[in-house]
This record gives sequence, C-alpha cells and structure tokens, in this order.
Amino acid sequence: MDAAVNATTISATNVEALERDLIARIDASADDAALEAVRVEALGKQGVVSGLMRTLGQMSPDERQVMGPKLNRLRDLVAEAIAVRKAAFAEAALEAKLRAEAVDVTLPAPRAYQGAIHPISRVMEEMALIFGEMGFTLEEGPDIETDFNNFTALNFPEKHPARDMHDTFFFHPGADGARKLLRTHTSPVQVRTMLKQRPPIRMICQGRTYRKDSDATHTPMFHQTEGLVIDEKTTMADLKGVLMAFVKAYFEVDTVEVRFRPHFFPFTEPSAEMDVRCDRSGGQIRIGQGDDWLEILGCGMVHPNVIRNCGLDPEKYQGYAFGMGVDRLAGLKYGMPDLRDYFAADVRWLRHYGFSPYLLPGLAQGIAS
Amino acid sequence: MKFTLSWLKDHLQTDASIDRLVDAMTMAGLEVEEIHDPAAKLAPFTIARIVSAAKHPNADKLQVCQVETKDGMREIVCGAPNARAGLVTAYAAIGTKIPGSGITLEARPVRGVVSNGMLCSGAELEVDADAEGILELDPGLAVGSPVAEALGLSDPVIDFEVTPNRPDWLGVAGIARDLAAAGLGKFIAKPPPRLKGAFASPIGVATQDESACPLFAARMIRGLKNGPSPAWLQRRLRAIGLRPRNILVDVTNFFSYDRARPLHVYDADKLHGAVRARLGRAGESFAALDGKTYEVTPEMCVIADDARVLGLGGVMGGEYSGCSDATTTVLIESAYFDALRTFQTGRATGINSDARYRNERGIDPQSCVPELDRAAQMILDLCGGEVSEIIVAGRAPAPPAPIVFDPDRVRTLAGMSVKPARVKQILKALGFAAAPEAGSKRLIVTPPTWRRDVEGPADLVEEIARIEGYDKVPAADPPRAEGYRAPPAGVGESRLRIARRALAAMGYLEAVTWSFCERRHAALFGGGADALVLANPISADLDCMRPSALPNLIRAAQKNADRGHGDARLFEAGPAYFGDGEADQARAIAVVWRPAPKRHWRPAPAPDLFDMKRDCLALLESLGAPIASLQHADADQPWQRPGRAGGLRLGPKIIARFGEVHPTTLAGLDAAGPVLAFEILVDALPAPRAKPTRAKPPLEMSDFMPLTRDFAFVVDETVAAGDLVRAAFGAERPLITDVALFDVYRGAGLPAGKKSLAIEVTIEPRERTLTDADIDLIGKKVVAAVVKATGAALRA
Repeated sequence: MDAAVNATTISATNVEALERDLIARIDASADDAALEAVRVEALGKQGVVSGLMRTLGQMSPDERQVMGPKLNRLRDLVAEAIAVRKAAFAEAALEAKLRAEAVDVTLPAPRAYQGAIHPISRVMEEMALIFGEMGFTLEEGPDIETDFNNFTALNFPEKHPARDMHDTFFFHPGADGARKLLRTHTSPVQVRTMLKQRPPIRMICQGRTYRKDSDATHTPMFHQTEGLVIDEKTTMADLKGVLMAFVKAYFEVDTVEVRFRPHFFPFTEPSAEMDVRCDRSGGQIRIGQGDDWLEILGCGMVHPNVIRNCGLDPEKYQGYAFGMGVDRLAGLKYGMPDLRDYFAADVRWLRHYGFSPYLLPGLAQGIAS
Repeated sequence: MKFTLSWLKDHLQTDASIDRLVDAMTMAGLEVEEIHDPAAKLAPFTIARIVSAAKHPNADKLQVCQVETKDGMREIVCGAPNARAGLVTAYAAIGTKIPGSGITLEARPVRGVVSNGMLCSGAELEVDADAEGILELDPGLAVGSPVAEALGLSDPVIDFEVTPNRPDWLGVAGIARDLAAAGLGKFIAKPPPRLKGAFASPIGVATQDESACPLFAARMIRGLKNGPSPAWLQRRLRAIGLRPRNILVDVTNFFSYDRARPLHVYDADKLHGAVRARLGRAGESFAALDGKTYEVTPEMCVIADDARVLGLGGVMGGEYSGCSDATTTVLIESAYFDALRTFQTGRATGINSDARYRNERGIDPQSCVPELDRAAQMILDLCGGEVSEIIVAGRAPAPPAPIVFDPDRVRTLAGMSVKPARVKQILKALGFAAAPEAGSKRLIVTPPTWRRDVEGPADLVEEIARIEGYDKVPAADPPRAEGYRAPPAGVGESRLRIARRALAAMGYLEAVTWSFCERRHAALFGGGADALVLANPISADLDCMRPSALPNLIRAAQKNADRGHGDARLFEAGPAYFGDGEADQARAIAVVWRPAPKRHWRPAPAPDLFDMKRDCLALLESLGAPIASLQHADADQPWQRPGRAGGLRLGPKIIARFGEVHPTTLAGLDAAGPVLAFEILVDALPAPRAKPTRAKPPLEMSDFMPLTRDFAFVVDETVAAGDLVRAAFGAERPLITDVALFDVYRGAGLPAGKKSLAIEVTIEPRERTLTDADIDLIGKKVVAAVVKATGAALRA
C-alpha cells in the first residue's frame, strides 16, 4: 500500500490515483487467488478502501459532502471490477472444461431400428376406410370353413365344374365325414352375416383366402376385400356408383373411366367384371387413363338362391356383392411387381415397400398420404 | 375356345370389322383373350414339292431330296420318314428362323451333304404337335405359295374365355347367335338335313343307365371311303390347333367346335353286338385314343359292346374301335351324358378332351338327333356310302321350365330402363320364346334347350342387360355418411391395426407369411394336430395350419441372415390356428428379433429377453391391456427356452409369452440363434369397457411432493424378483405409486444361494404431508409384506 495514501492526507486526487491503481491490479490478477488478495487489500476489513470509508466519520460535514460520494463510488467501482473479473475467470474455466470434454460428434450414433407396415395391411385399411365412409361395416369370419359356407350357400352346385375354378385346400374328413376347407374367397363371411343379421345389410369383409395355385400371378394364399348390400331395393346402378366411387378414392384420381362386362359367378345374377382404363405404355401401368383396360374386380346382384340359402326371402330382398383381390390392387397402386415377394419376408422388400407407421390413411388428405 | 373369323362368318352374316366383333363379344360376356394372326409367324414358309428322294450316302435315317421350291430346285437333306417323291410340304429357305426350335438355318453339310434349306414338320412350324414327319399338304397347291394359306392359317384366330354357364358358346354357331342378338349381323340359321335311312342298322344301341346316359342316338354309314379331309376342313381344324386325321374323325371334331356337339365314330367292323352305354365294372380297363390304358370304375359311364369297353362315355373313345383310312363302315354316336358324371370321370382319369369339356358343362340334349344327321350328311358328302335309319335309345331330359317374367324387373334389379318390346326382341334373338301372360303385363318366357343355365327372372334380367349393354346401367350416387355410425372395425381388428403401428414405430418390420407351415415345425410350437393338416397341401413343407406365426418368422429371419441381412426384427399380426372349430382361430401378434448387431464404438448390452419383455409390455399398454394387473406366468410353450422365457397372465389367462427361443426349436427350424421372441394373444385381452361418455375421468394430481425410500433385501436365489416387487407395491395402496428394482447383487458379503435385491419405493402423499412417523410405518409395512411374500431378510 502506498504510504502517501492515508486517512489524514486524503484528497480527491489521491482517490483517483487509488482507483487507477486498484483497477489495474484487478485487471492484472491472473487467477482467483490473486484477485482475492486484491479484494482483501481493498475491501477487506483492514483494506485500504474500507479504511478510507471509516475516515468519513471524522470529516467535517463539508469535507464529507465532497469525499463521501467519491469514496462510495470508489468502493462500488472496485467491487464491480472484482465481480467482472471473477465472472470472466469462471467463464474461462467453464470453457476450458467444456473444451476438454469435447468429443467427435461425427462418431455414429447407436442404431435406431426403422419399422414398417406391410403393404397388404396398409391397402386393406385403405379399402376399409373408403367403404366405411360409404356406410359399410367390417365383418369377420374364420379361414377354416365349411363346404356349405364356402360353396353350397353360394350356389355352387355339388361337384360342379364351377368348383373346379377354385382349387380348394381341404382338411381330412372329421368324425362326421365332413371335411373342412380353407376358404377360397371371403364370401363365407357374407353368408355368415346374412345368416345372423336382418337386412338392411351393408358390410365388407377382408382377409386371407386360399387356392391351390402357385405361379407368377398366383400364390396359394392371397387376400380379398368383398362387399355385400342386401335390402329391398338396391339395384345394379347402386353397385356401379359405389364401385366407381371406390376406384376414384383408392387410386386417388378425379375421374376414371370404368367398364362393366358380363361375366359368370355362381353367386350373382346378373354378374359383371369391372375394368378400369389404364395405360400400359412405358412398362408401368397407370390407372385412370389410356387406351387399355384392366380387370380389377368381380361383382353382381346377389343370386336369389344365395339369398334363399342364407335364410332370407329372395322375393323381398335383393342386393349386390363385389369382390376384389387385395394383393393385385396393392401392386397396381404401389408398384410391387411380383406377388410372390409379398410373403417372403425379405427385409429389403419390407423396408422398401412398407409404410411408415406415422402416415395414417385418411380420405381428407388423400388416402395414401 | 378358339375359332376363326371365316368360321364365324359361316353362321353370322356381318360386315363388322374384327375389332368391332371382338369388342361386342367382350361386352356380351365372351371375354376375348387373344386375337392371333398366324400368318405373320409363317410368312417365310412356302409350298414345295419333293421331286425325288434318295437315301443319304452316309446315314441310314436321312434322305437327300431334290425339291422344287420358290427358289428353284434345291437339294435338301431330310430326316423325316415320310419324305418321298411327290410329297407337297413346307419349305424354309436358308436364313429362316424355325419357330419350333428357334434355330436359324445355315447352309451346312449334314454328314457330308449340304442341305440347302429345310422341309418342316407341324411341330417345327408350331401349327400342331406332330414332330414325326414333315407336313403332308394338298398335292394341288402351287409351289411357292404361302404355307399359312395352305394350312388355313391366314384366318385370324380368336381365343376367348367360355364361362362355365355357357356351354353353347363352345360352338361357333352359339357365338354367332349372341353376336346377332347384340346387333352385329344376322344369324344364319341352318336347318339340319332330312336324312332318309337306306337300311336298318344291324348294330343296335342301348342305354342301360339313363341317369348316366339319358339319350343315345346313332346312325350307321356303310360303303364309305375314308381318307384325308378336304383342304377347307383341314385348314379349319389346324387353325384352332387340332391335327387333321381322316374325314370321319375330322367331322366329329368339326361339329364339336361348330355346334358344341361332341360325336364319336366307331369302326363298325370292329364292333361285336349292340353298343351300350352302361356303368363300368370293377376290373375293366380300356386303351384310349390317347394311347393310355385306363382302369374303369363303377362310377364311370362306359360305352361297351359284347366284347369290350369301347370308350368312356362323353370323355374319350378307345383305340380298338377307332376309325382309320381303312374304315368302310362307321357307327356315329350322338349321345347326351350326365354332366356331373362326365366331370367326375374326367377328373378321375385326368383326361382333358374336347368331348369332356363340353359334356361336363352340359350340352344341348335336343341337339343329339339334328346334329347327328348333320354330321352323317357331311360324311356322306365327303366319303360316299349309304346311311342307316336312325336308332335312338333313351330320351332327352325335359326342356327348361317356363319362367314368369315381369319386364319391369330389368329396372328394379339392373336399374336400367328397357322397353318391353325391346325385352321381347332380345329374348327372341337369343332363342327364348316369350308369350304374354294372360291378363297381365308379365311374360311367359321359355328358355331354349341349349340355355339350361337360365332358371329364373334374375337370369333373364342378365340376358337383357348384357345384350342391351351394361354400359346403359346408370351409376347412382354413392351414399354419404350421415350422422353417427359405429366404428366399422371390431375391437380385435382395431387392436391389430394399433399393434402394427406400435411395432413399426418400435422398429419392427411387418411381414405377412403363409397361414400354413411344415407340420413338424408346427409341432415345435405346440401345433400340428391332425385336424389342422391339409389333405392336399401345395407342397410338403406347407402342410399344416400354423399354431403361431413364430416358426415362419424365425425361418424368414434366418433366410434374411443367409442373404447377409442379419439383425432382422420382424412381426406379423395375423391368425393363429389352434383347431378347426369356429372359435379356434385367434388373432395373434408374433414378434421375432434375431439380434446380430454390428460392432459399435460405444458397446451396448447384448439384446436379451428383457428387450422383448419391454417391447411386449409397451405393446400391451398400447393395446389397452391393464398393465398393473398383469402377473408373471411360467414358460408353458415348447419353443420357450427354460429359465430365459416366461409369460404374462391376467388372472389364469395367458395373454403374452416372451423370451429366448429354445435351442432345440431353433435346430428344428434349421435356424441359428439366439433368437428372441414374444407373442400376444390379442383375443385374450379384455374388451374395453363400454363407457357412457367419451370424456376421460378427472385427473387426480397430488399437491404433495412424492418421496422415495430405498430397501435392500436378502432372499433365496430361487425367489422371483417380480414377487418381491409385487409384494412391496401392494404394501400400502394407494400411497405407493412405484417400486423400482435397481440392484441385484450376489457374492461377497452374502451367503451362498442368496442374492440381494434393492428397491426404490416411491410414496406419493395424497391428502396431507406425511410425517416421519407415517413414513416409518409405511416402510415397516413394505418390509413386512416383502418378508411375508418371499422370506426375505432386510439387508443390514
């Protein structure tokens, strides 16, 4: 401490010199310890600034008027400079610590697995959504069926060649001699629904179906979506309207040209197949326009025998039914070229053609978004 | 069914282009599959005549022919046994590509003699299956003229799908009738000839089982001269892929396609006694025209004479009584066979003949006699001879019953308006008789005998709609949703959808695999019961309904690994089959992880069963299962590795299983491990309670800070940690809100056979701040409950 600076010789000039000296030493302090030493010398109980503050009491009021504010300012300045210096030390220390703890952020993160929903599930949900919007409920039934539900009720004559069209998987006959089978279409669910519900009926059914067939365009297991409406006045015009609305919603096109062709199914009369316009040029099929036709589903007015076989009066009730192959329609929409890949569970295929769980199908924003 | 344009024009007077005809066929229900112009492929092939044929100097089976061709005289080496001087056949010049073999001809020596071209067989030109010899064509053909024309293949061939309800479309005349009705021209009706028999047939016919063969008609022609058919007939048959043989056989084939009328011809000189249709007898067999011998069963309808079985009625004739060029007396059979029996016989023997195809679909029984006469007349015209009186056994079944039909039904069922006059016009054009019902607007409609598929008003509506055009049916606006509707999908289906989303979000890939698997694999998962084994599987390794999707997924994971894509995380949300009863099919979610993580600079613990348990519980929670009420269950499935797997139950009901897959199971699946898996039985989850309102119950939030207390217990090694946690959790309800097990310790400081389990108990005060005394009391209750449940000692 400069001996010249003491309580008796205090003056404004001295205070300024003291301030310069202390601030310079604070700024020059190299670490917390040095800073603390300055603080004790200046502001500690025995410190020079504290000592000067004590002299105020002995001053005349006039002197005090002059020196009071000066000394107070000196004390505040020094205290603030120390705090600033201290904060700078803390910041530097933290910075050094963080720098020391730095890692290479380009190192790879642990793996997060990406899942996906199978296109078949996706497409069945889309279909259920579209028909649900048109008032169809979703009914269910087992894959292992009786001959009655799969064939007889649906007006397939006993052992008729028409049954040959469905290469059926059978189980061994049971104790009662009857043999169960794997349903060749989801139509048994229509039968079950008619047997348990009174009209009006407005339902779809979806699920696994089976035919003993395996080549490039057939797999022994495949999927169908079928629909059934039974009431007292539904006509083929209603069928046409619903299916045209479905095709537009499913393929997400504003307009689509369709064609209904006569066909034969034992369970409908009149029966039809529905074609949509498509363009096959360029190796890929585009739906909705073009100069070609693509068959996409079968349909018709429910055969009176079927209505009767299901316990309803065909004189009173009528309606329509339709059925479509989910696997093929999924391929048409989403571009899966080979049906056999659907069931191979190859992770590359599942990742490529699968759907994010966060993209929910919805009618408002476009069914596939 | 194939036919040619010129053949159609025998029955349809029309100027319509082929495109219009084909379009009209499709829109009338005759779905055209292909239009084939065979002339294109055969363009390079021309007619040639063999002038001389000499034995090849260096080969026994070859001949060196001098051939007159469009390119002048050519020396051609030919291996066909029928190559001979004077034969008119098909010639291919050097540079031609042969359709049957795909080979392009080069001039090169064959055993030392250069062949300057090739003489072709039917197989080489792909016009028939005959590879034995070169084509034998009409000697009158001009050398150099197109082979396509000579074979009648310049005529476009139309191939279309005949639906099983329309056997009348298996004849060209039937197709023409529908096209005429659809407005494409005029149907050319051709009344059958009036044949006067010159003698009574010395061979009688009989039908001994009228259910199998209701009607059997025949005529004999004697003094005929059989031989190759005229060019026009050969062309027709070749055009649709049939090989001409001789007039008698070709005439039967012609009428099979022209009139959907199968006929059969017997060489009458080879018959012994009357020809009878009867049921087969055990032990009988016969050699069919296809060269094979078939065992006859009592279910089959056979045609037999006194000496032998001559053929399978309606399916195929026999070799013995077949007609050859030497035949001079023929018995022509025109019969009506029961369709179902024909189908069954065809199926049992595996014979797929044109006759079976027609008879099993049900031909027009009324056509037996007129078409027999038409065929007899053609044979007389082509072969000469004289025809016997007709002999008929049995009788045709009753014609289709009349239908009372209200023309307005077209509107009320098909939704299209068609005037009654037009209705009548269409029916008439299709061969239906329509008379007004007395005193009503309805019609009495009688279907023609060839339309036995028409049974009621709905069938008539289809006829009218089809001919008028389905495009005339308007499209009604689809209904719009109004008001509230119940959710379209049931709880089970909705839960599968949730599960798919949840698992995909957890990083699992959804697979869809077969509902079947190999029986021995099913057995590894508790399945494989007799009732679930397919009688006719597509292959031996897909012969049993799966008791779980796990075997399929584990095998798929292994296949992926074999392809270099390990670390597969797969799931399937679909059916599992526990029996063949209605309720034996369950919705199940199967999840498989075959971990093979790549090495990482920051190693993670190896995936184990607890990863499965975590995901299983997370999924159960997503599905709305009451997680707090779940209890552990022992592993109860053979696929679960002992000591590394378990189950979760609600009361006594198992709802999920998780853990490592048993090494023996993996070995049985030819898969390498370890494989982790879990399975949730969705149908075993309780249904959500029906609630009167969508509003959720009020949220209860305590204003008081939760606090925690730690406890460490020493227990026997055999004590299940889950029991300890459960006991602690239940010690003071509802204040204890969580029990976290944070340490498992064995070793120094503990006796052998003991372990220490440390838990952190969270206590959430509800009504007031808890005093130290309160908390001590809760602690004591925890200790008491744990001690009681597990025999634990509080660790000092």
